[in-house]
Amino acid sequence: MASEEKHIILQTHNLSVGYSKKGSDSIIAEKINLSIEKGELVGLVGANGIGKSTLLRTLTGMQNPLKGSIFLNGIDLNDYSSFQLAMQLSVVLTEAPASKNLSVLELISLGRQPYTNWIGALSKADKEAINFALEATETIDLARRKCFELSDGQMQRVAIARALAQDTPLIILDEPTTHLDLYHRAYVLKLLKNLAKKTGKTIFFSTHEIDLAIQLTDKMLVMAKNETYFDDPCKLIENGRFDALFPKETIDFDSKTGRFTIRK
Amino acid sequence: MQTVQTYKLQFFLLFLVLIVAFFVNLSMGSVSIPMKEIISVFTGNGASKETWHYILIDYRLPKAITAMLAGGGLAISGLLMQTLFRNPLAGPFVLGLSSGASLGVAILILGASAFGGFFGTILLSQWSLVIASALGSFLVLLAVLAVTFRIKDTMAILIIGLMFGSITTAVVSVLSYFSNAEQLQQYIFWSFGSLGNQSWQGVLILIICFMIGLALSVISSKSLNALLLGENYAKSMGLHIKRTTFIIILATSILAGSITAFVGPIAFIGLAVPHLVRQVYKTANHIILLPAVLLCGSLLMLICDTVAQLPFSEYTLPINAITSLIGAPVVIWLLVRKRKLFF
Repeated sequence: MASEEKHIILQTHNLSVGYSKKGSDSIIAEKINLSIEKGELVGLVGANGIGKSTLLRTLTGMQNPLKGSIFLNGIDLNDYSSFQLAMQLSVVLTEAPASKNLSVLELISLGRQPYTNWIGALSKADKEAINFALEATETIDLARRKCFELSDGQMQRVAIARALAQDTPLIILDEPTTHLDLYHRAYVLKLLKNLAKKTGKTIFFSTHEIDLAIQLTDKMLVMAKNETYFDDPCKLIENGRFDALFPKETIDFDSKTGRFTIRK
Repeated sequence: MQTVQTYKLQFFLLFLVLIVAFFVNLSMGSVSIPMKEIISVFTGNGASKETWHYILIDYRLPKAITAMLAGGGLAISGLLMQTLFRNPLAGPFVLGLSSGASLGVAILILGASAFGGFFGTILLSQWSLVIASALGSFLVLLAVLAVTFRIKDTMAILIIGLMFGSITTAVVSVLSYFSNAEQLQQYIFWSFGSLGNQSWQGVLILIICFMIGLALSVISSKSLNALLLGENYAKSMGLHIKRTTFIIILATSILAGSITAFVGPIAFIGLAVPHLVRQVYKTANHIILLPAVLLCGSLLMLICDTVAQLPFSEYTLPINAITSLIGAPVVIWLLVRKRKLFF
């Protein structure tokens, strides 16, 4: 019957995230259910402090979930060794690389570390993956530059290129559009959209660009105060899920245009 | 890691200069030995004067080898620490290793007077100084490693290392306050550092420690490259942070600890050489930086030792002063020119 079975990359069941301190848990967000398929571009939106970063840290295995479970490619996240996980999941973090002395080429080629031998020598396949990442993100011209010479927009492209070189089915990005001007915000999101479409990689990113995300993403995860919603952007609008995102007295969501307006 | 350049020419030139510096170092000293005689000794024909042969084989050769091992080893430890702590100001002694060695030596020198007489003289032989400083730095190393096992945060390890350093320095101050002028002088002479008076056994032990430290550093080079992105990125690429930190600290401790035990606390080389190398080698790749730092450190130390001999005079200046006197202006000049300090 279901000849075209959908391949689910990332799935959570009643996931609760937060911090546990000496036995007592402080839950930041709970009952998160999502199911992301291969090749989908998924946006995560929500107000500051609602737990977006905590959720992303949990999904990438940097911290443990308080309750519930996470399945990556059908296997429980806990069952992955950090080495196996590095071949399934790559990340783009908000932090800049620690060393600004790295050249762009060096930084991107570091993405191949899970595949290289003990000394980090690059094979032909590694070099191809690096070249692909350079081309896809239009960073070839930057390859010889040092990180300290890059603008924020260029740096973000390079960070995405490194994740691409890691060649994982899932890429998770934490606020890839912060500190960027309008053009670069649109550029980065469009780049993610194209990558998901062309390479079949699943891309999950958090953002504050809700209106841009509504236009571009396949699915969205909306984190409101007491509940999270996971659906198509259109259905989320129909059901009024964006209305509860921010306090009504300051900001209003216009469901016709898909934009927020400031209430005067 | 893919790099833009291979730096073959730079390595070749550096190696060439190192060989020249090595022979110049051998020929210089209170007795000047002609280059022809040195080559004759090395090719097995012997020198025309028996004393020259003796000076070369039993004094100058071990000294030159010690200088190269010390310079190269300290420079590598400096590079490891700068990358591990992602801090351009880190050096081989940030974790308090040299203070530990100082403490060991201070206790020995003060303690020797307590035993007095014949026993005291035995305690103060050259080997006992080596053992005391090795023990001192080994104890600090154990403390730091114990902390590394318990604490995840590398910055916390750095601060705790600095604290260990402060504690041991304080104890040394208290000890020196209660010691007499002669003991104090002896302690201060040790702290000047000395490359000479090494026996061949000592050089052999130093070579073994150096090789172990070097092997651990080479094994870590891929992890070191990953750490350049920061711990979170390194982890996301499958790096085992705790194990990596442990190996890097162990390598540094073996290198810096053994060198300090044999030649005393040599300042500056470990901090400066990685920065000097980065001016020429425009890469962050440790596979290239490690050998470059090793060669450059050896070279700088040989030059410093040659200068410290005050050619054609009978005096030998404290090596620890020379490394800073020569090295510091070079680094200042580079920084003023380039205006940026990276790690």
